[in-house]
Amino acid sequence: MTSHCQSCFARVAAAAFALAVVATPSAVLAQVKIGSSLAVTGPASFLGDPEKRTLEMYVDEINKKGGVNGEKLELVIYDDGGNANKARTFATRLVEEDKVAVMIGGSTTGATMAMIPVFEEAGIPFISLAGGISIVEPVKKWVFKTPHTDRMACEKIFTDLKRRNLTNIAIISGTGAFGKSMRDQCVKVAPASGITIVHEETYGRGDSDMTPQLTNIKNKKGVQAVVNTGFGQGPAIVTRNYRQLAIEQPLYQSHGVASKQFIKLAGDAANGVRLPAAALLVADKLPDGDPQKPVVTAYTKKYQDKTGQPVSTFGGHAYDGLMIFVEAAERAKSFDPAKVRDEIEKTKNFVGTGGIVNKSPKDHLGLDQSAFRMLEIKDGDWTLVPESDS
Amino acid sequence: MAELLQFTFSGLTVGAVYALVALGFTLIYNASDVINFSQGEFVMLGGMVTVFLALGGVPLPLAALLAIATATLVGLALHRFAIETARGANAVTLIMITIGASIFLRGVAQVVFDKRYHSLPPLFGDDPIRFGGAAILPQSLVVFAGAVVILVLLWGFIDRTLFGKAVLATAANKLAARLVGIDTRRTVGFSFAVSAAIGAIAGFLITPITLTSYNIGTLLALKGFAAAMLGGIGSAFGAVIGGLLLGILEAFAAGYLSSQYKDAVAFIVILVVLLARPQGLFGRAKVERV
Repeated sequence: MTSHCQSCFARVAAAAFALAVVATPSAVLAQVKIGSSLAVTGPASFLGDPEKRTLEMYVDEINKKGGVNGEKLELVIYDDGGNANKARTFATRLVEEDKVAVMIGGSTTGATMAMIPVFEEAGIPFISLAGGISIVEPVKKWVFKTPHTDRMACEKIFTDLKRRNLTNIAIISGTGAFGKSMRDQCVKVAPASGITIVHEETYGRGDSDMTPQLTNIKNKKGVQAVVNTGFGQGPAIVTRNYRQLAIEQPLYQSHGVASKQFIKLAGDAANGVRLPAAALLVADKLPDGDPQKPVVTAYTKKYQDKTGQPVSTFGGHAYDGLMIFVEAAERAKSFDPAKVRDEIEKTKNFVGTGGIVNKSPKDHLGLDQSAFRMLEIKDGDWTLVPESDS
Repeated sequence: MAELLQFTFSGLTVGAVYALVALGFTLIYNASDVINFSQGEFVMLGGMVTVFLALGGVPLPLAALLAIATATLVGLALHRFAIETARGANAVTLIMITIGASIFLRGVAQVVFDKRYHSLPPLFGDDPIRFGGAAILPQSLVVFAGAVVILVLLWGFIDRTLFGKAVLATAANKLAARLVGIDTRRTVGFSFAVSAAIGAIAGFLITPITLTSYNIGTLLALKGFAAAMLGGIGSAFGAVIGGLLLGILEAFAAGYLSSQYKDAVAFIVILVVLLARPQGLFGRAKVERV
């Protein structure tokens, strides 16, 4: 083992020496380009903005520490505004003009899907930061993603329901993209999770009173719990109306509203509401032994110190994407796209902000339910629901 | 039975919101034949300014008054710098200007405030009033009362004061109004200021129910406009009835049919009504003399 490592060291030293010799004349280290196209402005800027800040922050830090494999990283970020057409144009530019080594980005599922063919054809690893499950299902050779999916949030909720012996549920969903997509995933995984959906209701964007829908749920016999999938102000109004009608069954919200703002909007009505959330949002609530605690605490501190804004899971996805790439490149000891791709696929036990990542040729996401924590709102704050109280 | 009552309560809650927004369209329309599509932004300003002043430590009643003042100033500015400068233009052009103003105000609000949703504490607490197995929030009654008070004031003003008559005269025939000594510029400017104030009052009254954000105006204006058309645009009484009717239609459609189709049901009813009575339920039929 010792001899192996020595030869290993010798090779690296030789390589570094050779590199230094080659690079010296220009007095600049070779730069490796990381490409990105994000929704920095526009309606999806709540995704792209923290992603951009995170990438810039950490590329800076990595370069200050000497770069990766002895080379400095250079970020090339384009703003697609969440527009799939623009994203595809930028993808082509990243491949043909900028000649990037890797692509980390695509804030929205639409933009990501439009860019996939470009990177598949060019043979450049593409780590997407968008939520849709269609990005990695079916598996595409060069495409990976970091964010958890709606399906995992549904499964997390259903696991908690089963533990409480509540198997007949009603779903009330927002008709927006997020609410509808999560509702579809929940309906899909319900049978496998042993959950029966006995009633469904919806509400539209900007609706300000959901008591008719909730009255129907209340009057439906056999509903043991209610799940609300939605984003924005809708879930806050549902929660208020739920208490207004004094419905006794437990209410579950989605990870889409896992922010302090939801508690503020829903007020006292939020007491007792349960929802799945990424560990990042409850960094300070995690027990000391939690493997994710050091990572999420460090990221939260760095992001908030630097930007003065509250941390969001979206920036965390960018952090995970960048670090997965950096570690893969270090393992591959090169930036050769094919080698880096293979190493990304072999990522094991990577502790990121979104969970513990174990990728495989069949799973280009690599997260399981442990990416989510089940939270209960008590007196205006989050509390962790113990995972093992069976 | 409890079900019917709950749907009605819900309809009244939402309907009172629409009615308050719809009332804002009345005065400007009466004075200038213009449908002011930035009315929703006045509502947004009423809510957002109150929220941000309150966050800054200003007592709530004072914050609300300042919000009304802000919206009124914005209304006056809109008239002075956008409507007045295009005074030769016809109503359609002016309507387009108000759409532009609406987009502009939304953009400014996004920068000055933020992009998140905000709420205000309700005037009389969160505890619902329970009645016959149904529940209604006290704030819904506040919104309802607000709509009635504004209705009475508007009606009294338009039908019972000389200045109100001047407003109507300006709309009917600007030149003739000027010839009999009405300062039409002042009249239209006044109508923008008061409509903005009505919008702002609506804004902080409905925020505890609907919540508010920089872009809440578009949707509210759309529903408020539909309510005003249903009731008969220009009629304050029609605006309130139209609003309540629209709210109840939506609630019943959501409760008895399917929540998926509630907006469609409401708009189909509006279409049918307008086909039968183009001037709306309580609107004055327009007679054009040739």
